[in-house]
Amino acid sequence: MSDNYVPKSAVGKWFNERLPLLDLIYGHLMPYPTPKNLNYFWTFGGILTFCLVTQIITGLVLAMHYVADADLAFASVEHIMRDVNYGWLLRYIHANGASLFFMAVYIHMARSMFYGSYKEPRELIWIIGVFIFLLMIATAFMGYVLPWGQMSFWGATVITNLFSAIPIVGESVTNWLWGGYAVGSPLLTRFFTLHYLMPFLIFALVILHVWALHVPGNNNPEGIDVVKGSQDTVPFHPHYVVKDLFALVVFLIIFAGFVFFVPNLLGHTDNYIQANPLQTPEHIVPEWYFLPFYAILRAVPDKLGGVILMVSAIAILAFLPWLDTSKVRSAKYRPLYKQFVWLFFANTIFLGYLGAQVADGMYLIMGRIATVYYFAHFIIILPLLGYIEKTKPLPKSLSEPVLSKEEKEIIASGATT
Amino acid sequence: MSDKPVTRRNFLYITTGTFTAAGAASLVWPFIDQMNPDASVKALASTEVDLRPIAPGQSITVLWRGKPVFIRRRTPEEISEAKAVSLDELPDPQDDSARAKNPEWLVMVGICTHLGCIPLGQKGEYNGWFCPCHGSHYDTSGRIRKGPAPTNLEIPDYVFLNDNTIKIG
Ligand code: HEM
Ligand code: FES
Repeated sequence: MSDNYVPKSAVGKWFNERLPLLDLIYGHLMPYPTPKNLNYFWTFGGILTFCLVTQIITGLVLAMHYVADADLAFASVEHIMRDVNYGWLLRYIHANGASLFFMAVYIHMARSMFYGSYKEPRELIWIIGVFIFLLMIATAFMGYVLPWGQMSFWGATVITNLFSAIPIVGESVTNWLWGGYAVGSPLLTRFFTLHYLMPFLIFALVILHVWALHVPGNNNPEGIDVVKGSQDTVPFHPHYVVKDLFALVVFLIIFAGFVFFVPNLLGHTDNYIQANPLQTPEHIVPEWYFLPFYAILRAVPDKLGGVILMVSAIAILAFLPWLDTSKVRSAKYRPLYKQFVWLFFANTIFLGYLGAQVADGMYLIMGRIATVYYFAHFIIILPLLGYIEKTKPLPKSLSEPVLSKEEKEIIASGATT
Repeated sequence: MSDKPVTRRNFLYITTGTFTAAGAASLVWPFIDQMNPDASVKALASTEVDLRPIAPGQSITVLWRGKPVFIRRRTPEEISEAKAVSLDELPDPQDDSARAKNPEWLVMVGICTHLGCIPLGQKGEYNGWFCPCHGSHYDTSGRIRKGPAPTNLEIPDYVFLNDNTIKIG
């Protein structure tokens, strides 16, 4: 970014001449030109980074007390809760942290959809994001198995059995995954290993995500290109550092509310019963953040079909930059898209609600309709809208929408401000 | 291909490359195969069960290779119900005689063929088993009748060692 950053201290100078690491960090965090009109939906990137670091730190210390063995895992988590100093706090931060991580990532993704942040030239940022989301799903699913409660065990059973839907090799694949003929210790141990590893892969992807972002720079609520170095941008520090920190504080208040007042609200009581391979809980539900996809899985009466549809529901996100044919980014200037994108959000939340119900009768029918709509949004509505929608005129600069009529006339008449 | 002649150098490139790739590929296998069921898991491959304590109309569940196996001593009504069904009514057609070596004893893996939950006995619309997870109904022969499960409950390999003992696996 900046070619002429000079550290103040002698040690800093010595270091930076040999490895310009400080230069790199400084450039991406301090003078980095940022559109001046970013709203609070743009603070979730920082919040997500905070969440990832929190999960890694709390996870590391939990791993010092946790035992990944089918006979000992449940007891070791109870040991963390009762005996380990502050163990209850660390575990509640980690468990609720996972939920808040997903809340933040869903808002972050919805923001990108609303303001068209996935469009040219930011497709790769979005695609890396989809991969981060995939890894988060895998990480959280495997983490939820670790306490080895009833939901852990039966969730793992249902999800690993999805692979048995693969024609011909399905059974060999599931036995390979399990390291046995049913879910048990070998699976728990490998899930722990992967649960430990994947957050670090996410971390690496986050670096690529931000790197790719800093090539074209941020999108913004108007969805128009800004001219770098013009009055449209402000340096990241202090403007957005302070805004991000403020948002983080508000987020932390909510986080603390969960951890200290309702630490088990988002969890399932059955997970405080030790895993029992001979008894299935009455109603298996995944964690809330997987419910929309679970509803899609169950909407199809066919096992293989359900699996394919659920995987497609996530994979289709990667193609979004090309499915959306409109050149205009922000929903602010797309009157039809604006309504459809809200409908899409509402439909996804509705799918989440259906995912928590027993799939029967009316719920099943509604689940099917909502599933069809989910896909229709991507493969029918978005491609068509680009052709039929009459978009509103885009402002020429970020300042234009906020200027008064007189000011605009002055600019139009050629006077310079 | 271009009209350049094949040289000694081309040959060396291709053979070296092929051998390196084959060597690397063969080294991948141990890393994959280590996840397959190991010797200690396979060693538990069979279970013997004493049938004497089970009265007609009773079932027991035993663990075989970490999986529950239902052993049910069926009542005469259940057997006649299972035999009376015509095969075209079944999503996965199978005659009751193919599922129970001795009609009185039904031995099957107690894992729903949908996504692996354990069905509840003597429940559901066909008076056989009902899986609460996504609503699959099985009949008194453990055959799928209604719901998302694609196939009948699996019959494990088993033999009657004598009138009162079976060996599963
Ligand atoms: C992307 C970041 C991560 C996510 C989303 C995540 C998610 C989860 C979830 C949902 C649980 C189950 C919590 C419960 O109900 O008890 C869990 C447990 C656990 N995680 Fe993580 N985790 C992450 C990172 C890590 C890391 C980096 C480590 C280790 C270095 C770790 C170690 C553990 C351990 C030991 C447990 C079992 C203890 C417990 O159940 O509380 N996690 N994780
Ligand atoms: S697992 Fe039995 S119906 Fe789905």
